[in-house]
Amino acid sequence: MKTALLRTTAAAIALSASTAAFADKASDTLHVAFTKELESVDSYMNSAREGIVIQRAVWDGLLYRDPVTNEYIGNLATSWEWIDDLTIEFKLREGVTFHNGEAFNADDVVYTVDFVANPENGVKTQRNVSWMKSAEKIDDYTVRIHLKSAFPAAIEFLAGPVSIYPNEYYAEVGPSGMALKPVGTGPYKVVEVEPGQHFVLEKNETYFDGPKGDAQISRIDIRTIPDINTQMAEMFNGTLDLIWQVPADQAGKLGEMSQFQAVNESTMRVGFLLLDAAGKSDENSPFKDVRVRQAVAHAIDSQSIVDALLKGSSQVIKSSCFPSQFGCDTDVTTYEYDPEKAKALLAEAGYPDGFTTEFFAYRNRDYAEAISSYMNAVGIKTNFNMLKYAALRDLSATSGVPVNFQTWGSFSINDTSAFTGQFFKFGDLDTVRDPELRDTLEIADTSTDPEVRIENYSKALNLIADQAYMVPMFSYNTNYVFTQEVSYTPTPDEVLRFATMSWN
Amino acid sequence: MLPFILKRLGLAFLVALTVSLISFFLLYLSGDPATALAGEGATSEDIANINARYGFDRPLLVQYGSWLFNALTGDFGESYYFKMPVSALLADRLSVTMLLGVCGISFALLTAVPLGVLAAMRPNSLIDRFALFLSVAGQAMPSFWFGLILIVVFSIKLQWLPASGASSWAHFILPTVVLGYYAMPAIMRLTRAGMLEVLSSDYIRTARAKGASEGRVLFKHALRNAIIPVVSLAAVQMGFMLGGSIVVESIFALHGAGFLAYESISRNDLPTVQALVLIFSMFYILFTFAADVLNAWLDPRMRSS
Repeated sequence: MKTALLRTTAAAIALSASTAAFADKASDTLHVAFTKELESVDSYMNSAREGIVIQRAVWDGLLYRDPVTNEYIGNLATSWEWIDDLTIEFKLREGVTFHNGEAFNADDVVYTVDFVANPENGVKTQRNVSWMKSAEKIDDYTVRIHLKSAFPAAIEFLAGPVSIYPNEYYAEVGPSGMALKPVGTGPYKVVEVEPGQHFVLEKNETYFDGPKGDAQISRIDIRTIPDINTQMAEMFNGTLDLIWQVPADQAGKLGEMSQFQAVNESTMRVGFLLLDAAGKSDENSPFKDVRVRQAVAHAIDSQSIVDALLKGSSQVIKSSCFPSQFGCDTDVTTYEYDPEKAKALLAEAGYPDGFTTEFFAYRNRDYAEAISSYMNAVGIKTNFNMLKYAALRDLSATSGVPVNFQTWGSFSINDTSAFTGQFFKFGDLDTVRDPELRDTLEIADTSTDPEVRIENYSKALNLIADQAYMVPMFSYNTNYVFTQEVSYTPTPDEVLRFATMSWN
Repeated sequence: MLPFILKRLGLAFLVALTVSLISFFLLYLSGDPATALAGEGATSEDIANINARYGFDRPLLVQYGSWLFNALTGDFGESYYFKMPVSALLADRLSVTMLLGVCGISFALLTAVPLGVLAAMRPNSLIDRFALFLSVAGQAMPSFWFGLILIVVFSIKLQWLPASGASSWAHFILPTVVLGYYAMPAIMRLTRAGMLEVLSSDYIRTARAKGASEGRVLFKHALRNAIIPVVSLAAVQMGFMLGGSIVVESIFALHGAGFLAYESISRNDLPTVQALVLIFSMFYILFTFAADVLNAWLDPRMRSS
């Protein structure tokens, strides 16, 4: 028995010595870990951040937003022009080819737009594409996209989730074929896919001279490793070069070691409380009274939550949007942490001894508990409930919940409409149902005049803050850890950009 | 024997069906599947779209009926999450889990049974104490912790074995040890207790008296009787390893069926969960059935009853 075990071990040593694939710049392969299993590589058929990461590497959109300056520039299009509120015309880049050799032209744009805009084709995040009606070919390198209704954020979507697929190939293989053998125009092409587990990207040697720039690293090898501790072990081993979404304490420890660099960068996710201002959960809900809502806002010390729990580059958020988003006016009524004032407001509203309410949350139990204890401290006694996301959403859409700790990442769309549109336009998550607010947002969301948009977002955000319809608290952050051999500057939109990575 | 087997199999099928029915309704109770599928960033339109696409707006019984009908004809449908046939997904993931399960249970049996026998031969000796220590440690140590310790020692410090993945047999050594060690203590204690009881019985004394060698007494006479409950236990352990190796699969990034089941539940990937539940319950039933047959072979008295 013992000798057999010994022999096995000896054989294992011999084997691992011969096959150990150490990630280093010598092999010009960057080894990356994903935590979650990606459902489909076809970027229209997943809603995961991992999917966005691969999408940005493998495909291109018509436009591109510089992640640092937030300026829009042409990508597969060289120029664009609003013909009217419902039509945008694009001049396309010539001489671009897809990874399979297919030439890029107006037919690809028309096919892609028509395919994704049809809800029957099952694009997972309809919001990304539902604003498009159709596309029309003017000539081989001129194309028009027709909108269903005025939608100025179109430019942002065209620079983000809407990427262009090769028409002949996609017509032949469909989403399931695209998921197994993706073909795009991007700086990396996919050479290997094991669904959910393993993806290998290889540098596109014939990448056009686009704003993303040429890839520097030859191969990107992505493995799904669900456990963060195992990811760390592989980092120590040298079999991984880069991990992301690393919990703060682990990132801190790794960052102290000389062979790694830990970089913290903010994300667009914002944490906030939704209060049942419309009285959906209870006709006599105390939260129908603006003073009670303001009391909640005064009761919570967001700065302390950021300092103690979120840390890193998280910031206190005062206005109901992410500060970099177009139209996000941060100069609104703010509620400083003041428990005495909160108690006074409660007394004024007729609750001198406070009241008891249900409190719901679905993620970050530690943040949620901190928030609920701040509420307890001013006399709003909370019954703490932690539900699965789907269950909580169900509950708030059907019978309503009085206090709901929610977060929103705006799909990394850098436009206020992606935030406010979800919560204040009478959708199933709207706990406010204020017609004036909805109408103001409608003008802001649909006007093609940037000045009008800014003005109306400002008006709407001020209304939200004055009424304390939402209690925004903090933005999230994420940690990237990579070896000293890797050179990379993460961006605030939480998208890994392989094309900008290089070896030191 | 044949009517007995047929009756057992028929019963097994009914049990599997009941399990799948219960799991189907439990999944619905855990939240609206369309909302879960649409994910955190979904709008109400996305959810409505998914509802219509997958027919979640139909009555529950109709949905279950249509699933069952397709499953009976061998069609497990398409995974909501991976958008690929569930059968292809399962073939891929089950092979990893089966290999791990077989390795794990072999490791457990090959270490636990000899240790149990040794411990029973010399009760309260050093070897017995050592076996007791091993089993207490095995029961007390959570497998995620043990797995990480093994990774730290064998992957990081010694660099002998890979930490995660499934691309060569060397990748399976650490997970096998973790999974097997977890199952080991119960098997060992049961072997020891069984052996102790059998060794003090009259027929062993008779066997010794007639001059049978110690090896013959131990293995031919004693172990064969003592191992019967162990076989039943090992069958259950094996079933557990196939469906419940979630932690081990997660730590060592082995994309197996246990991990798939766990993830699919949180993703509300109903077709995948349903197929897995059906297959896992079939496995349990088959293993206990195989254990019964094996025991009948070991113990002739069982064949008649």
